[in-house]
Amino acid sequence: MSGILIYSEVKSTFLGLLTRGRALAEALDQPLTAALLGEESAAWAGEALSHGAERVFVGDSPQLDVFQARTYADALAQVAAQAEADIILTGSTLRGRELAPRLTQKLEAGCATDVTDLAVEDRRLITQRRALGGKTLSTEARTSPKQVIAVMPKLYEAEPGGDGTGEIVEIPLELEPSATRLVESKAKPSGGVDIEAAEILIGVGRGFEKEEDLQLAQDLADALGGAVGCTRPLSYDYNWLPDDLTIGLSGKICAPRLYIALGLSGQIQHTVGIMDSDVILAINKEKSAPMFKMSDYGIVGDLYEVVPRLVEKIRGAGN
Amino acid sequence: MNIIVCMKQVVDLEQIRIKTQTREPVMEGLPVMFGDFDKCALEEAVRLKEEHGGKVTAVAAGSAKLKDTIKEALAIGADEAIILTDEAYQGSDTMGSARLLAQVIQKIGDYDLILMGDGSADDYSGEVPPRVAEILDLPQAGFAREIKVVDDALHVTRDLEAAHETIALELPALVSVSTEINTPPLPALTDILKAGRKPLHTWAPDEVGVPDKAGLDPAQIGTNASVVEVLSNLAPVQDRKEIIFEDVEEGLAEITKALESEGVLEQ
Repeated sequence: MSGILIYSEVKSTFLGLLTRGRALAEALDQPLTAALLGEESAAWAGEALSHGAERVFVGDSPQLDVFQARTYADALAQVAAQAEADIILTGSTLRGRELAPRLTQKLEAGCATDVTDLAVEDRRLITQRRALGGKTLSTEARTSPKQVIAVMPKLYEAEPGGDGTGEIVEIPLELEPSATRLVESKAKPSGGVDIEAAEILIGVGRGFEKEEDLQLAQDLADALGGAVGCTRPLSYDYNWLPDDLTIGLSGKICAPRLYIALGLSGQIQHTVGIMDSDVILAINKEKSAPMFKMSDYGIVGDLYEVVPRLVEKIRGAGN
Repeated sequence: MNIIVCMKQVVDLEQIRIKTQTREPVMEGLPVMFGDFDKCALEEAVRLKEEHGGKVTAVAAGSAKLKDTIKEALAIGADEAIILTDEAYQGSDTMGSARLLAQVIQKIGDYDLILMGDGSADDYSGEVPPRVAEILDLPQAGFAREIKVVDDALHVTRDLEAAHETIALELPALVSVSTEINTPPLPALTDILKAGRKPLHTWAPDEVGVPDKAGLDPAQIGTNASVVEVLSNLAPVQDRKEIIFEDVEEGLAEITKALESEGVLEQ
């Protein structure tokens, strides 16, 4: 027996993976099962059935109250054994990135994280992921009997399907103490803007000298009806903008109609987050900035001079 | 507190060229270095040692060039380094690398904390830290942006998607760090000179391995043990116009016109 098991601690990712899992299960002629760990997610069991799971395993334990990859990998391995699953799909959230390799090692399986495409060819599961810091896309298969794949969290949309005749199975879990205690969890401030949904996106980088100067970018965004995002140093390091406005490999992957890069050099970790934009415009005072090579249009100039002029032009064009 | 820091020698990504015809990356002849994540892990180990005493051991796997690369780790502040450059280790996938590092860590034996970067600069799969933690049966925490010792526990503040989460871990533990945790200073000349006199060991396969086992099982490590089959590894097609203006006036006029005609600006 073999099968596909779906797990994610994020509901939309869990249901999206079940949706994709239906097609993969059919192509591989294997049963599709799902795992729900911990009290909160047990409530999703009904939806797991309506999204095509043939069996939904629900397990809880006080040891699951604080996330510890060791404990969660142990729990998921116990579910995978009962589900007789050889392929385990999970979300490549930050927790998923810890859980998937740990479970893989426990099962002596093969692994891929941050997967951007999942397909079946010749009855083999084929994955795609970014490699070499985002410079290339690596298409891979694994020769191990078992595999654990962590998929980009928003890759697949959830759609109900399947015959809905599956069953819910409660599974007793035997878990060691997690050796982990929660001290504090502080919600990060949010930028209040969904930059992934923005049609026009302005990206700001270290070419801005002071936090106040970001108003220039906001003026441009306002003139265009767009949103402002940033490279990782400006959010995570300088705290000039909330972390959820970070564009790039370790932030949001965006595909706006127009992306305007202001004072950012174009490091690959950032540009993978805007590569699929329809049109890219860059403003940078360094003629040699790699960003120009990734752009449709560019102006070599001081953003402090060029951006206010651009805002003027756009406001003029709108009249 | 005795800390082992695992580091990976990687090629300088900025210098990888892409062949125009085939979209293949050219990997030959590139300079090698340690990635920022790894240097941050080492810097954090040095900081913890200065505060709490103990010893920092750097462990790194890679090509023969590692004999030079590792000097940077010793200059940043590792007390000792063990490098793994044997042919038998080359071509390992993440499973092989994790097995190798775990064996070396078990052989070193006396440790309270293992530190690594969240991901390597080149692959950034992030697989190795959780895999090593699993082999050694240690609790783990990744995405660390702050590490503090509080009583007997390690308080790690994790940078998650929507929260900063602080957890207390019992030691020994394995922690992987993000680049925001610190800014590794460039080593001073005196540190670079001192680095040359610090103990540096190259462990051959028969030296690697836990005390009760003889050496390394060649079936577990290296190219032959890899379970990942790379079907292709190509740069995505980027087809940009690259119309760049050095005259600001002209640029503003032409670009607003072009954006209007492309339909991204309202006319």
